[in-house]
Amino acid sequence: MLMKLARLSLWNRRGTVLMTWLSLTISIALLLGIDHLRTEAKSSFTSTVSGTDLIVGARSGQLNLLLYSVFRIGNATANISWPSYQRIIKHPQIDWAIPISLGDSHRGYRVMGTNTDYFSHYRYANSQPLVLAQGKPFEQVFDTVLGAEVAQKLGYKLGEQIELSHGVGAVSFSQHKDKPFTVVGILARTGTPVDQTVHVSLEAIEAIHLDWQQGAPMPGRQLSSEQTLAHDLTPKSITAFMVGLKSRMATFTLQRQINEFKNEPLTAILPGVALAELWQMLGMVENLLLLISLLVLLAALVGMITTLLASMKERQREMAILRAAGAHPWYLFVLIQLEVLLVTLLSMLSAAALLFISLYLLQDKLAADFGLFISLQIVQLTSLYWAGAILLLSAVLATIPGVLAYRKALADGLTIRL
Amino acid sequence: MTDKPKIPAIDLKQLQFYYQSGGWQLNLPGLTLHCGQHLFVRGASGSGKTTLLNLLCGITRPVSGELYVNGQPLHQLSSSARDSLRAKHIGVVFQQLNLIPYLSVLDNTLLSSHFAGQNKTDSVNRAKTLLQRLGLQQDLWHKPATNLSVGQQQRVAIARALLPKPTLLIADEPTSALDSDNRDAFMRVMLAEADANGCTVIFVSHDQSLTQYFHYQLDMQQLATGVQPC
Repeated sequence: MLMKLARLSLWNRRGTVLMTWLSLTISIALLLGIDHLRTEAKSSFTSTVSGTDLIVGARSGQLNLLLYSVFRIGNATANISWPSYQRIIKHPQIDWAIPISLGDSHRGYRVMGTNTDYFSHYRYANSQPLVLAQGKPFEQVFDTVLGAEVAQKLGYKLGEQIELSHGVGAVSFSQHKDKPFTVVGILARTGTPVDQTVHVSLEAIEAIHLDWQQGAPMPGRQLSSEQTLAHDLTPKSITAFMVGLKSRMATFTLQRQINEFKNEPLTAILPGVALAELWQMLGMVENLLLLISLLVLLAALVGMITTLLASMKERQREMAILRAAGAHPWYLFVLIQLEVLLVTLLSMLSAAALLFISLYLLQDKLAADFGLFISLQIVQLTSLYWAGAILLLSAVLATIPGVLAYRKALADGLTIRL
Repeated sequence: MTDKPKIPAIDLKQLQFYYQSGGWQLNLPGLTLHCGQHLFVRGASGSGKTTLLNLLCGITRPVSGELYVNGQPLHQLSSSARDSLRAKHIGVVFQQLNLIPYLSVLDNTLLSSHFAGQNKTDSVNRAKTLLQRLGLQQDLWHKPATNLSVGQQQRVAIARALLPKPTLLIADEPTSALDSDNRDAFMRVMLAEADANGCTVIFVSHDQSLTQYFHYQLDMQQLATGVQPC
């Protein structure tokens, strides 16, 4: 009967209840959504690189090095000379090394020069290797392997010819028009910046810049693709390299040795530590977002209590009838609590549905535009904690109209003051 | 009825009530009603009718004096004990708007047995019989209470008040919103049902013509003279 009363009483006031439900649904969906996004973003973020023990670049801050080598954000301050690279990777503790050469782009996507070790040693997420969805790794100088998103967005297929641009803007004025590349492979989706990268060999990077000087083509000295192949295409420098060690124990020793490298100033970073530091900086924003959504939720709950308080006046007769029929004031208190919990519970369910549907619809867009891979698994331990906290908070706030109903019931008795 | 030492439906002695703020006060030297005896209480508004009803229902506690309903000392019981006593032994009918608008006729009737903690299926059966005897046919039972006429609504209120088989039925001007034909029909069914349940009716009204239905009367203006036979 209590449940029936609460249910029908809410239905009787469905106009205001509907608005309350709507505002609660939106705010709970916002809160759960932001919480879900930040956990997902964090795991997506920290899984961009794995299995790499050290990243080495020219002397700079560790965040800068991490950003340009892993996230393709920003630029290197200086390069590492090829002989230095060759010398360091001879270190007995080094198992493998992946050289990286950055600085060109293709229609806004970064071009990365590397070698085939990249395809065999690079790992992301839980030590997952890169998989070619189509084709094979590059073999010829003017071969290229595309990230999943590059191929999808630009609609490239195997065998297609593409041109690279100098610099990293979406619109570039200096093109490497004379030396087109052939798409020989397309990588499977990884949910990391790899998807947004155009991979070519280090030799190709050298080849397209052979007739350039000071960042511009030299007039009168243009070489065709065939002509460049006759030259020595050993790179003169690379931007950075990733290192895998035989034993993790050696990480700090090797890091110190690289940082103290005599021939040129270098920096070696531990990707895990750098990622954590970067996430800590982003964490501020994330916490701020969470705080804002908490305040939105609080406002919605206060709104619900306000409408309840406003309705108490028109419900005085209802309360008096229940009292006359033998209801204890506690019963009225519990009735109001139950109504609030029903609305909150209903809002949570619809918020979960709303969140699920919007994530389902936005999933592809988020992946494509931001490289964020958000799972649809929204019911997690933390979201259950949130649900509990929201219910508790609404119950606490509901004591205000509840106590009011209780006290009015005692004071007014059976008389109805209209 | 009076020769047997039976528990009176209502028995009060030297009942006194006044508000903390002072000024007005209510004094009732004595009142005893046995089961099946009906009392007509007459008085203009402001004469303390509502206060008396609140006292009799156990909503408010007398400042001094004794008040027994069905042998239970209402003046000594805690507020929750008074609430459960009211649920089981006292039925209340208001002037008008007795029903919860969003509940059906049947559910409105069942409220009282719910608070009295009585068996559900048993109550449903008795509620249906009671509604039928009060002239409310089956087609009305599942309609929302607001679809009924005022006269019908008041009869549903009577059904609700009588459902837990109370000792006492307190009616606060239940006929004031009815026209004279409806009023007489209402008085007859109410008292017939009360008699069938052996229930004592305390009926408050300023309508002098209704005294004919009652055994006793009490004038709020002359409480000192006490209860007079009609």
